[in-house]
Amino acid sequence: MRYMFLIYTQEDAVRRASVDEMNVVRQRHGALMAETAQLGILQSAAPLQTTETATTVRHGPDKLLTTDGPFAETKEQLAGYYILECKDLDEAIAWAAKIPTECGGGTGCVEIRPVREMPNGG
Amino acid sequence: MAASGQCAPDAVEAVFRQESGRIIASLIRIAGSFDLAEDAMQEAMAAALVHWREKGIPDNPGAWITAAAHRKLIDYARRERTRREKQDPLMYESELFSHMDETELDAMPDSYPDDRLRLIFTCCHPAINPEAQIALTLRTLGGLTTPEIARAFLLPEPTLAQRLVRAKSKIRAARIPYAVPPAHLLAERLAAVQAVVYLIFNEGYAATSGQALIRSELCAEAIRLGRLLCELLAHEPENLGLLALMLLQDSRRLARVDADGQLVPLEDQDRTLWNRAQIDEGVRLVEKALRMRNVGPYQLQAAISALHGEAAAPAETDWRQIAALYGELLRLNDSPVVALNHAVAVAMSEGYERGLELIDAIGASGELERYYLLHAARADLLRRLARAQEAAVAYRRAIALTENEIERAYLRRRLAALPVT
Repeated sequence: MRYMFLIYTQEDAVRRASVDEMNVVRQRHGALMAETAQLGILQSAAPLQTTETATTVRHGPDKLLTTDGPFAETKEQLAGYYILECKDLDEAIAWAAKIPTECGGGTGCVEIRPVREMPNGG
Repeated sequence: MAASGQCAPDAVEAVFRQESGRIIASLIRIAGSFDLAEDAMQEAMAAALVHWREKGIPDNPGAWITAAAHRKLIDYARRERTRREKQDPLMYESELFSHMDETELDAMPDSYPDDRLRLIFTCCHPAINPEAQIALTLRTLGGLTTPEIARAFLLPEPTLAQRLVRAKSKIRAARIPYAVPPAHLLAERLAAVQAVVYLIFNEGYAATSGQALIRSELCAEAIRLGRLLCELLAHEPENLGLLALMLLQDSRRLARVDADGQLVPLEDQDRTLWNRAQIDEGVRLVEKALRMRNVGPYQLQAAISALHGEAAAPAETDWRQIAALYGELLRLNDSPVVALNHAVAVAMSEGYERGLELIDAIGASGELERYYLLHAARADLLRRLARAQEAAVAYRRAIALTENEIERAYLRRRLAALPVT
Protein backbone atom coordinates (compact mmCIF):
# COMPACT_ATOMS: atom_id res chain seq x y z
CA MET A 1 0.00 0.00 0.00
CA ARG A 2 1.16 3.51 -0.79
CA TYR A 3 1.37 6.13 1.94
CA MET A 4 1.98 9.84 1.56
CA PHE A 5 4.16 11.46 4.19
CA LEU A 6 3.35 15.14 4.58
CA ILE A 7 6.20 16.95 6.26
CA TYR A 8 5.35 19.97 8.38
CA THR A 9 7.94 22.37 9.75
CA GLN A 10 7.99 25.90 11.11
CA GLU A 11 9.20 28.08 8.27
CA ASP A 12 10.40 30.85 10.60
CA ALA A 13 12.55 28.39 12.48
CA VAL A 14 13.91 26.85 9.29
CA ARG A 15 14.96 30.32 8.11
CA ARG A 16 16.86 30.78 11.37
CA ALA A 17 18.66 27.46 11.03
CA SER A 18 22.41 27.56 10.44
CA VAL A 19 24.02 26.42 7.21
CA ASP A 20 25.52 23.44 9.03
CA GLU A 21 22.15 22.44 10.41
CA MET A 22 20.50 22.68 7.01
CA ASN A 23 23.28 20.57 5.53
CA VAL A 24 22.58 17.85 8.08
CA VAL A 25 18.86 17.92 7.22
CA ARG A 26 19.67 17.74 3.51
CA GLN A 27 22.03 14.81 4.07
CA ARG A 28 19.40 12.93 6.06
CA HIS A 29 16.83 13.41 3.31
CA GLY A 30 19.41 12.36 0.74
CA ALA A 31 20.22 9.20 2.67
CA LEU A 32 16.55 8.38 3.17
CA MET A 33 15.77 8.82 -0.52
CA ALA A 34 18.75 6.67 -1.47
CA GLU A 35 17.72 3.93 0.98
CA THR A 36 14.06 3.84 -0.09
CA ALA A 37 14.97 4.06 -3.79
CA GLN A 38 17.32 1.14 -3.40
CA LEU A 39 14.54 -0.89 -1.77
CA GLY A 40 12.29 0.05 -4.69
CA ILE A 41 9.66 1.63 -2.46
CA LEU A 42 10.29 5.32 -3.20
CA GLN A 43 7.56 6.52 -5.52
CA SER A 44 8.17 10.21 -5.20
CA ALA A 45 9.58 12.81 -2.83
CA ALA A 46 10.17 16.55 -3.01
CA PRO A 47 10.73 19.59 -0.86
CA LEU A 48 8.43 22.57 -1.38
CA GLN A 49 9.09 26.30 -1.61
CA THR A 50 7.81 28.22 1.43
CA THR A 51 4.15 29.23 1.85
CA GLU A 52 4.91 32.79 0.66
CA THR A 53 5.02 31.30 -2.81
CA ALA A 54 1.64 29.56 -2.39
CA THR A 55 -1.40 30.44 -4.46
CA THR A 56 -4.86 29.17 -3.61
CA VAL A 57 -7.44 28.64 -6.33
CA ARG A 58 -11.04 28.10 -5.36
CA HIS A 59 -14.13 27.50 -7.46
CA GLY A 60 -16.48 30.33 -6.47
CA PRO A 61 -20.20 30.41 -7.24
CA ASP A 62 -19.64 31.78 -10.74
CA LYS A 63 -15.97 32.40 -11.17
CA LEU A 64 -12.57 31.17 -10.18
CA LEU A 65 -11.16 32.85 -7.07
CA THR A 66 -7.40 33.08 -7.05
CA THR A 67 -5.75 34.33 -3.88
CA ASP A 68 -2.26 34.76 -2.52
CA GLY A 69 -1.05 32.42 0.20
CA PRO A 70 -2.02 29.06 1.62
CA PHE A 71 -5.61 28.07 2.36
CA ALA A 72 -5.16 28.37 6.10
CA GLU A 73 -2.61 29.99 8.40
CA THR A 74 -1.15 27.26 10.56
CA LYS A 75 1.51 26.98 13.24
CA GLU A 76 3.44 24.49 11.12
CA GLN A 77 3.57 24.58 7.36
CA LEU A 78 3.74 21.90 4.69
CA ALA A 79 7.38 21.74 3.61
CA GLY A 80 7.63 18.62 1.49
CA TYR A 81 6.43 15.09 0.97
CA TYR A 82 7.34 11.47 0.30
CA ILE A 83 5.24 8.74 -1.26
CA LEU A 84 6.43 5.28 -0.22
CA GLU A 85 5.16 1.77 -0.78
CA CYS A 86 4.82 0.10 2.63
CA LYS A 87 3.50 -3.21 3.91
CA ASP A 88 1.38 -1.64 6.63
CA LEU A 89 1.06 1.35 8.93
CA ASP A 90 3.79 0.13 11.29
CA GLU A 91 6.28 0.10 8.42
CA ALA A 92 5.10 3.57 7.38
CA ILE A 93 5.54 4.83 10.96
CA ALA A 94 9.09 3.45 11.00
CA TRP A 95 9.93 5.42 7.83
CA ALA A 96 8.24 8.55 9.17
CA ALA A 97 10.50 8.36 12.21
CA LYS A 98 13.49 8.78 9.87
CA ILE A 99 12.19 11.95 8.21
CA PRO A 100 13.80 15.03 9.74
CA THR A 101 11.30 17.73 10.72
CA GLU A 102 12.83 19.94 13.38
CA CYS A 103 15.48 22.52 12.78
CA GLY A 104 16.32 26.01 13.95
CA GLY A 105 14.70 25.20 17.28
CA GLY A 106 11.24 24.87 15.73
CA THR A 107 8.80 21.99 15.99
CA GLY A 108 7.75 19.71 13.19
CA CYS A 109 5.82 16.57 12.37
CA VAL A 110 5.01 14.07 9.66
CA GLU A 111 1.41 13.24 8.78
CA ILE A 112 0.96 9.79 7.26
CA ARG A 113 -1.97 9.36 4.89
CA PRO A 114 -2.76 6.16 3.02
CA VAL A 115 -3.13 6.83 -0.69
CA ARG A 116 -6.60 6.01 -1.90
CA GLU A 117 -6.09 3.72 -4.84
CA MET A 118 -8.46 4.49 -7.70
CA PRO A 119 -10.03 1.97 -10.03
CA ASN A 120 -8.23 1.58 -13.36
CA GLY A 121 -4.99 2.21 -11.53
CA GLY A 122 -5.65 5.97 -11.91
CA MET B 1 -24.80 -33.52 24.97
CA ALA B 2 -25.92 -31.38 27.85
CA ALA B 3 -29.37 -30.26 28.88
CA SER B 4 -32.33 -29.24 26.82
CA GLY B 5 -34.12 -26.48 24.99
CA GLN B 6 -34.80 -23.60 27.33
CA CYS B 7 -31.17 -23.35 28.34
CA ALA B 8 -30.01 -22.51 24.84
CA PRO B 9 -30.08 -18.69 25.09
CA ASP B 10 -28.20 -18.85 28.41
CA ALA B 11 -25.63 -21.19 26.95
CA VAL B 12 -25.13 -18.87 24.00
CA GLU B 13 -24.76 -15.97 26.41
CA ALA B 14 -22.20 -17.93 28.45
CA VAL B 15 -20.18 -18.86 25.40
CA PHE B 16 -20.29 -15.29 24.24
CA ARG B 17 -18.91 -14.00 27.53
CA GLN B 18 -16.19 -16.58 27.92
CA GLU B 19 -15.15 -17.29 24.39
CA SER B 20 -15.99 -14.28 22.27
CA GLY B 21 -12.52 -12.73 22.52
CA ARG B 22 -10.87 -15.92 21.38
CA ILE B 23 -13.41 -16.57 18.60
CA ILE B 24 -13.46 -13.04 17.22
CA ALA B 25 -9.66 -12.85 17.31
CA SER B 26 -9.28 -15.85 15.03
CA LEU B 27 -12.14 -14.75 12.76
CA ILE B 28 -10.49 -11.36 12.26
CA ARG B 29 -7.23 -13.05 11.29
CA ILE B 30 -9.03 -15.26 8.79
CA ALA B 31 -11.30 -12.53 7.37
CA GLY B 32 -8.80 -9.70 7.53
CA SER B 33 -11.72 -7.52 8.57
CA PHE B 34 -13.32 -6.62 11.90
CA ASP B 35 -16.73 -6.10 10.32
CA LEU B 36 -16.85 -9.39 8.44
CA ALA B 37 -15.66 -11.23 11.52
CA GLU B 38 -18.36 -9.61 13.67
CA ASP B 39 -21.06 -10.39 11.11
CA ALA B 40 -19.98 -14.01 10.88
CA MET B 41 -19.95 -14.34 14.65
CA GLN B 42 -23.43 -12.77 14.98
CA GLU B 43 -24.83 -15.18 12.40
CA ALA B 44 -23.15 -18.14 14.05
CA MET B 45 -24.64 -17.17 17.43
CA ALA B 46 -28.09 -16.86 15.89
CA ALA B 47 -27.67 -20.28 14.28
CA ALA B 48 -26.54 -21.71 17.62
CA LEU B 49 -29.71 -20.50 19.32
CA VAL B 50 -31.87 -22.36 16.82
CA HIS B 51 -29.74 -25.45 16.49
CA TRP B 52 -29.03 -25.98 20.18
CA ARG B 53 -32.69 -25.65 21.06
CA GLU B 54 -33.41 -28.63 18.82
CA LYS B 55 -30.33 -30.74 19.31
CA GLY B 56 -29.14 -29.72 22.75
CA ILE B 57 -25.94 -27.93 23.66
CA PRO B 58 -22.80 -29.41 22.10
CA ASP B 59 -19.95 -30.59 24.31
CA ASN B 60 -17.71 -27.76 23.19
CA PRO B 61 -19.99 -24.80 22.44
CA GLY B 62 -17.08 -22.48 21.72
CA ALA B 63 -15.70 -24.76 19.00
CA TRP B 64 -19.20 -25.17 17.54
CA ILE B 65 -19.61 -21.40 17.18
CA THR B 66 -16.11 -20.98 15.78
CA ALA B 67 -16.74 -23.65 13.14
CA ALA B 68 -20.12 -22.15 12.23
CA ALA B 69 -18.66 -18.66 11.93
CA HIS B 70 -15.80 -20.02 9.86
CA ARG B 71 -18.35 -21.50 7.42
CA LYS B 72 -20.15 -18.13 7.25
CA LEU B 73 -16.89 -16.52 6.22
CA ILE B 74 -16.50 -19.06 3.44
CA ASP B 75 -20.04 -18.19 2.30
CA TYR B 76 -19.18 -14.49 2.25
CA ALA B 77 -16.06 -15.17 0.22
CA ARG B 78 -18.02 -17.24 -2.29
CA ARG B 79 -20.71 -14.57 -2.66
CA GLU B 80 -18.14 -11.82 -2.99
CA ARG B 81 -16.33 -13.74 -5.74
CA THR B 82 -19.57 -14.34 -7.65
CA ARG B 83 -20.44 -10.67 -7.38
CA ARG B 84 -16.97 -9.72 -8.54
CA GLU B 85 -17.14 -12.03 -11.55
CA LYS B 86 -20.38 -10.42 -12.66
CA GLN B 87 -18.92 -6.93 -12.52
CA ASP B 88 -16.22 -5.27 -14.47
CA PRO B 89 -13.24 -6.52 -12.53
CA LEU B 90 -11.53 -3.16 -12.87
CA MET B 91 -14.37 -1.44 -11.06
CA TYR B 92 -13.48 -3.27 -7.90
CA GLU B 93 -11.15 -2.46 -5.13
CA SER B 94 -9.74 -5.74 -4.03
CA GLU B 95 -9.98 -7.03 -0.55
CA LEU B 96 -7.42 -9.37 0.81
CA PHE B 97 -9.86 -11.95 2.06
CA SER B 98 -12.20 -12.29 -0.93
CA HIS B 99 -9.18 -13.18 -3.05
CA MET B 100 -8.71 -16.41 -1.19
CA ASP B 101 -10.44 -19.44 -2.54
CA GLU B 102 -12.45 -21.84 -0.46
CA THR B 103 -9.80 -24.46 -0.02
CA GLU B 104 -7.34 -21.87 1.16
CA LEU B 105 -9.88 -20.54 3.65
CA ASP B 106 -10.83 -24.01 4.79
CA ALA B 107 -7.20 -24.87 5.36
CA MET B 108 -6.68 -21.93 7.71
CA PRO B 109 -6.52 -23.08 11.30
CA ASP B 110 -9.47 -22.13 13.48
CA SER B 111 -7.27 -20.48 16.01
CA TYR B 112 -3.67 -19.65 16.75
CA PRO B 113 -2.67 -19.20 20.36
CA ASP B 114 -1.59 -15.64 19.70
CA ASP B 115 -4.71 -14.48 17.85
CA ARG B 116 -5.93 -12.64 20.92
CA LEU B 117 -2.52 -11.07 21.35
CA ARG B 118 -2.65 -9.74 17.79
CA LEU B 119 -6.13 -8.44 18.48
CA ILE B 120 -5.20 -6.59 21.66
CA PHE B 121 -2.19 -4.95 20.01
CA THR B 122 -4.32 -3.88 17.06
CA CYS B 123 -7.08 -2.48 19.29
CA CYS B 124 -4.53 -0.53 21.34
CA HIS B 125 -2.46 0.68 18.39
CA PRO B 126 -1.27 4.25 19.02
CA ALA B 127 -2.69 5.33 15.63
CA ILE B 128 -6.21 4.76 17.02
CA ASN B 129 -7.80 7.46 19.15
CA PRO B 130 -7.29 6.53 22.83
CA GLU B 131 -11.00 6.52 23.68
CA ALA B 132 -11.67 4.29 20.71
CA GLN B 133 -8.86 1.94 21.84
CA ILE B 134 -10.77 1.36 25.06
CA ALA B 135 -14.11 0.86 23.33
CA LEU B 136 -12.66 -1.46 20.71
CA THR B 137 -10.85 -3.56 23.31
CA LEU B 138 -14.02 -3.98 25.38
CA ARG B 139 -16.12 -4.68 22.28
CA THR B 140 -13.86 -7.32 20.74
CA LEU B 141 -11.80 -8.95 23.49
CA GLY B 142 -14.27 -8.27 26.26
CA GLY B 143 -17.32 -9.25 24.23
CA LEU B 144 -19.27 -6.33 25.73
CA THR B 145 -22.08 -4.99 23.59
CA THR B 146 -22.10 -1.41 22.34
CA PRO B 147 -24.99 -0.44 24.69
CA GLU B 148 -23.14 -1.98 27.64
CA ILE B 149 -19.98 -0.01 26.91
CA ALA B 150 -21.98 3.17 26.34
CA ARG B 151 -23.70 2.74 29.71
CA ALA B 152 -20.47 2.03 31.53
CA PHE B 153 -18.85 5.18 30.14
CA LEU B 154 -22.02 7.27 30.51
CA LEU B 155 -21.98 8.02 26.79
CA PRO B 156 -24.86 8.18 24.34
CA GLU B 157 -24.96 4.95 22.38
CA PRO B 158 -24.68 6.59 18.93
CA THR B 159 -21.51 8.41 20.06
CA LEU B 160 -19.91 5.16 21.07
CA ALA B 161 -21.11 3.32 17.97
CA GLN B 162 -19.65 6.10 15.83
CA ARG B 163 -16.34 5.83 17.66
CA LEU B 164 -16.18 2.10 16.94
CA VAL B 165 -17.07 2.53 13.28
CA ARG B 166 -14.38 5.18 12.85
CA ALA B 167 -11.74 3.06 14.54
CA LYS B 168 -12.55 -0.01 12.46
CA SER B 169 -12.51 1.96 9.25
CA LYS B 170 -9.13 3.46 10.17
CA ILE B 171 -7.72 -0.01 10.84
CA ARG B 172 -8.83 -1.00 7.36
CA ALA B 173 -7.99 2.16 5.43
CA ALA B 174 -4.61 2.90 7.02
CA ARG B 175 -3.79 -0.82 7.20
CA ILE B 176 -3.01 -1.05 10.87
CA PRO B 177 -1.35 -4.47 11.08
CA TYR B 178 -3.05 -7.41 12.78
CA ALA B 179 0.16 -8.57 14.32
CA VAL B 180 2.18 -8.83 17.47
CA PRO B 181 4.68 -5.95 17.23
CA PRO B 182 8.31 -6.81 16.49
CA ALA B 183 10.71 -7.02 19.43
CA HIS B 184 11.99 -3.44 19.14
CA LEU B 185 8.44 -2.05 19.41
CA LEU B 186 7.07 -4.54 21.90
CA ALA B 187 7.90 -2.69 25.13
CA GLU B 188 6.36 0.57 23.95
CA ARG B 189 3.25 -1.08 22.51
CA LEU B 190 2.78 -3.32 25.51
CA ALA B 191 2.87 -0.23 27.72
CA ALA B 192 0.02 1.19 25.61
CA VAL B 193 -1.99 -2.02 26.04
CA GLN B 194 -1.39 -2.02 29.80
CA ALA B 195 -2.47 1.62 29.96
CA VAL B 196 -5.75 0.80 28.21
CA VAL B 197 -6.45 -2.08 30.59
CA TYR B 198 -5.66 0.07 33.64
CA LEU B 199 -7.83 2.92 32.30
CA ILE B 200 -10.74 0.49 31.98
CA PHE B 201 -10.13 -0.60 35.57
CA ASN B 202 -9.95 2.95 36.89
CA GLU B 203 -13.05 3.98 35.02
CA GLY B 204 -14.84 1.26 36.95
CA TYR B 205 -13.05 1.82 40.24
CA ALA B 206 -13.30 5.60 40.50
CA ALA B 207 -17.08 5.54 40.15
CA THR B 208 -18.92 5.30 43.41
CA SER B 209 -22.26 6.68 42.26
CA GLY B 210 -25.54 5.27 40.98
CA GLN B 211 -23.85 3.53 38.08
CA ALA B 212 -21.73 1.51 40.50
CA LEU B 213 -23.14 -1.85 39.54
CA ILE B 214 -22.48 -1.55 35.81
CA ARG B 215 -19.12 -0.03 36.51
CA SER B 216 -17.95 -2.84 38.74
CA GLU B 217 -18.26 -4.96 35.61
CA LEU B 218 -15.58 -2.75 34.07
CA CYS B 219 -13.24 -3.67 36.92
CA ALA B 220 -14.01 -7.33 36.44
CA GLU B 221 -13.42 -6.99 32.71
CA ALA B 222 -10.11 -5.16 33.22
CA ILE B 223 -8.97 -7.91 35.60
CA ARG B 224 -9.95 -10.51 33.02
CA LEU B 225 -7.91 -8.65 30.37
CA GLY B 226 -5.04 -8.41 32.87
CA ARG B 227 -5.17 -12.18 33.31
CA LEU B 228 -5.16 -12.59 29.54
CA LEU B 229 -2.00 -10.46 29.24
CA CYS B 230 -0.32 -12.58 31.93
CA GLU B 231 -1.33 -15.73 30.10
CA LEU B 232 -0.16 -14.48 26.70
CA LEU B 233 3.03 -12.68 27.75
CA ALA B 234 3.88 -14.38 31.02
CA HIS B 235 7.53 -13.33 30.98
CA GLU B 236 6.68 -9.62 31.18
CA PRO B 237 6.81 -8.70 34.88
CA GLU B 238 4.77 -5.53 34.34
CA ASN B 239 1.84 -7.69 33.19
CA LEU B 240 1.96 -9.48 36.53
CA GLY B 241 2.38 -6.13 38.28
CA LEU B 242 -0.67 -4.68 36.56
CA LEU B 243 -2.85 -7.69 37.39
CA ALA B 244 -1.63 -7.63 40.99
CA LEU B 245 -2.31 -3.90 41.28
CA MET B 246 -5.87 -4.30 40.01
CA LEU B 247 -6.60 -7.27 42.28
CA LEU B 248 -5.21 -5.49 45.32
CA GLN B 249 -7.18 -2.32 44.65
CA ASP B 250 -10.33 -4.27 43.85
CA SER B 251 -9.95 -6.25 47.10
CA ARG B 252 -10.96 -3.10 49.00
CA ARG B 253 -14.04 -2.35 46.90
CA LEU B 254 -16.60 -3.24 49.57
CA ALA B 255 -14.78 -1.39 52.32
CA ARG B 256 -14.10 1.90 50.60
CA VAL B 257 -17.70 3.12 50.49
CA ASP B 258 -20.04 2.78 53.46
CA ALA B 259 -23.76 1.94 53.50
CA ASP B 260 -24.67 5.59 52.85
CA GLY B 261 -22.37 5.78 49.85
CA GLN B 262 -19.78 7.79 51.82
CA LEU B 263 -16.12 7.36 51.01
CA VAL B 264 -14.14 5.61 53.73
CA PRO B 265 -10.39 6.41 53.80
CA LEU B 266 -7.97 3.50 53.94
CA GLU B 267 -7.16 3.86 57.63
CA ASP B 268 -10.84 3.87 58.65
CA GLN B 269 -11.86 0.91 56.48
CA ASP B 270 -13.27 -2.26 58.02
CA ARG B 271 -10.47 -4.59 57.02
CA THR B 272 -12.63 -7.68 57.49
CA LEU B 273 -14.48 -6.53 54.35
CA TRP B 274 -11.32 -6.79 52.29
CA ASN B 275 -11.25 -9.69 49.86
CA ARG B 276 -8.53 -11.96 51.26
CA ALA B 277 -8.38 -14.20 48.20
CA GLN B 278 -7.70 -11.22 45.93
CA ILE B 279 -5.07 -9.85 48.33
CA ASP B 280 -3.31 -13.23 48.53
CA GLU B 281 -3.29 -13.61 44.77
CA GLY B 282 -2.08 -10.02 44.35
CA VAL B 283 0.74 -10.50 46.84
CA ARG B 284 1.85 -13.74 45.17
CA LEU B 285 1.87 -12.03 41.77
CA VAL B 286 3.92 -9.06 43.03
CA GLU B 287 6.48 -11.38 44.57
CA LYS B 288 6.71 -13.40 41.39
CA ALA B 289 7.07 -10.24 39.28
CA LEU B 290 9.76 -8.74 41.53
CA ARG B 291 11.79 -11.94 41.31
CA MET B 292 12.07 -11.33 37.55
CA ARG B 293 14.30 -8.37 38.43
CA ASN B 294 12.93 -5.89 35.94
CA VAL B 295 11.00 -3.50 38.07
CA GLY B 296 8.41 -1.13 36.61
CA PRO B 297 5.71 1.30 37.73
CA TYR B 298 2.88 -1.27 37.96
CA GLN B 299 4.98 -3.63 40.06
CA LEU B 300 5.96 -0.81 42.42
CA GLN B 301 2.37 0.41 42.79
CA ALA B 302 1.23 -3.17 43.35
CA ALA B 303 3.95 -3.68 45.95
CA ILE B 304 2.74 -0.56 47.77
CA SER B 305 -0.85 -1.75 47.59
CA ALA B 306 0.25 -5.17 48.86
CA LEU B 307 1.86 -3.60 51.94
CA HIS B 308 -1.46 -1.93 52.74
CA GLY B 309 -3.29 -5.19 52.08
CA GLU B 310 -1.03 -7.16 54.38
CA ALA B 311 -1.40 -4.80 57.35
CA ALA B 312 -3.97 -6.23 59.77
CA ALA B 313 -4.49 -2.77 61.27
CA PRO B 314 -3.56 0.75 60.09
CA ALA B 315 -0.88 1.05 62.79
CA GLU B 316 0.86 -2.04 61.42
CA THR B 317 1.32 -0.51 57.98
CA ASP B 318 4.96 -0.57 56.92
CA TRP B 319 5.12 3.12 55.94
CA ARG B 320 8.90 3.15 55.81
CA GLN B 321 8.87 0.49 53.11
CA ILE B 322 6.01 2.26 51.31
CA ALA B 323 8.00 5.51 51.33
CA ALA B 324 10.99 3.66 49.87
CA LEU B 325 8.84 2.18 47.10
CA TYR B 326 7.39 5.60 46.28
CA GLY B 327 10.95 6.90 46.16
CA GLU B 328 11.76 4.19 43.63
CA LEU B 329 8.61 5.01 41.65
CA LEU B 330 9.61 8.67 41.68
CA ARG B 331 12.92 7.68 40.13
CA LEU B 332 11.09 5.97 37.23
CA ASN B 333 8.35 8.57 36.91
CA ASP B 334 9.23 11.99 38.23
CA SER B 335 5.72 13.37 38.51
CA PRO B 336 4.40 15.73 41.20
CA VAL B 337 1.52 13.33 41.88
CA VAL B 338 3.96 10.52 42.74
CA ALA B 339 5.99 13.01 44.78
CA LEU B 340 2.85 13.84 46.74
CA ASN B 341 2.24 10.17 47.56
CA HIS B 342 5.87 9.83 48.56
CA ALA B 343 5.51 12.84 50.88
CA VAL B 344 2.47 11.30 52.57
CA ALA B 345 4.34 8.02 53.15
CA VAL B 346 7.30 9.95 54.57
CA ALA B 347 4.90 11.83 56.86
CA MET B 348 3.55 8.54 58.17
CA SER B 349 6.99 6.98 58.71
CA GLU B 350 9.32 9.87 59.59
CA GLY B 351 6.92 12.38 61.06
CA TYR B 352 4.15 14.74 60.00
CA GLU B 353 6.43 17.81 59.95
CA ARG B 354 8.85 16.17 57.54
CA GLY B 355 5.93 15.16 55.27
CA LEU B 356 4.49 18.66 55.42
CA GLU B 357 7.85 20.14 54.37
CA LEU B 358 7.90 17.86 51.34
CA ILE B 359 4.29 18.69 50.44
CA ASP B 360 4.98 22.40 50.71
CA ALA B 361 8.02 21.98 48.46
CA ILE B 362 5.81 20.25 45.87
CA GLY B 363 3.18 22.97 46.31
CA ALA B 364 5.82 25.65 45.74
CA SER B 365 6.32 24.46 42.16
CA GLY B 366 2.71 25.51 41.52
CA GLU B 367 2.13 22.53 39.23
CA LEU B 368 -0.39 20.92 41.57
CA GLU B 369 -2.01 24.17 42.73
CA ARG B 370 -5.36 23.08 41.29
CA TYR B 371 -5.01 19.42 42.32
CA TYR B 372 -7.38 18.87 45.23
CA LEU B 373 -5.44 15.93 46.67
CA LEU B 374 -2.44 18.20 47.34
CA HIS B 375 -4.61 20.40 49.53
CA ALA B 376 -6.43 17.43 51.05
CA ALA B 377 -3.11 15.78 51.99
CA ARG B 378 -1.82 19.07 53.47
CA ALA B 379 -5.04 19.52 55.40
CA ASP B 380 -4.78 15.99 56.75
CA LEU B 381 -1.23 16.52 58.04
CA LEU B 382 -2.11 19.90 59.56
CA ARG B 383 -5.06 18.24 61.30
CA ARG B 384 -2.80 15.53 62.73
CA LEU B 385 -0.38 18.27 63.88
CA ALA B 386 -3.33 19.97 65.65
CA ARG B 387 -2.89 23.09 63.50
CA ALA B 388 -6.65 23.32 63.07
CA GLN B 389 -6.90 26.84 61.62
CA GLU B 390 -4.45 26.10 58.81
CA ALA B 391 -6.06 22.69 58.24
CA ALA B 392 -9.46 24.36 57.79
CA VAL B 393 -8.04 26.68 55.10
CA ALA B 394 -6.51 23.71 53.26
CA TYR B 395 -9.72 21.63 53.51
CA ARG B 396 -11.74 24.53 52.06
CA ARG B 397 -9.30 24.85 49.19
CA ALA B 398 -9.53 21.08 48.50
CA ILE B 399 -13.35 21.17 48.67
CA ALA B 400 -13.44 24.01 46.14
CA LEU B 401 -11.27 22.05 43.73
CA THR B 402 -12.87 18.60 43.68
CA GLU B 403 -15.67 17.74 41.30
CA ASN B 404 -16.45 14.40 42.88
CA GLU B 405 -19.47 14.68 45.18
CA ILE B 406 -18.42 11.78 47.38
CA GLU B 407 -14.90 13.12 47.86
CA ARG B 408 -16.36 16.53 48.63
CA ALA B 409 -18.70 15.10 51.27
CA TYR B 410 -15.77 13.33 52.90
CA LEU B 411 -13.69 16.53 53.05
CA ARG B 412 -16.66 18.47 54.46
CA ARG B 413 -17.01 15.93 57.26
CA ARG B 414 -13.31 16.27 58.06
CA LEU B 415 -13.62 20.06 58.05
CA ALA B 416 -16.68 19.97 60.31
CA ALA B 417 -14.84 17.73 62.78
CA LEU B 418 -12.00 20.24 63.27
CA PRO B 419 -11.93 21.99 66.65
CA VAL B 420 -12.43 25.45 65.09
CA THR B 421 -15.39 27.50 64.03
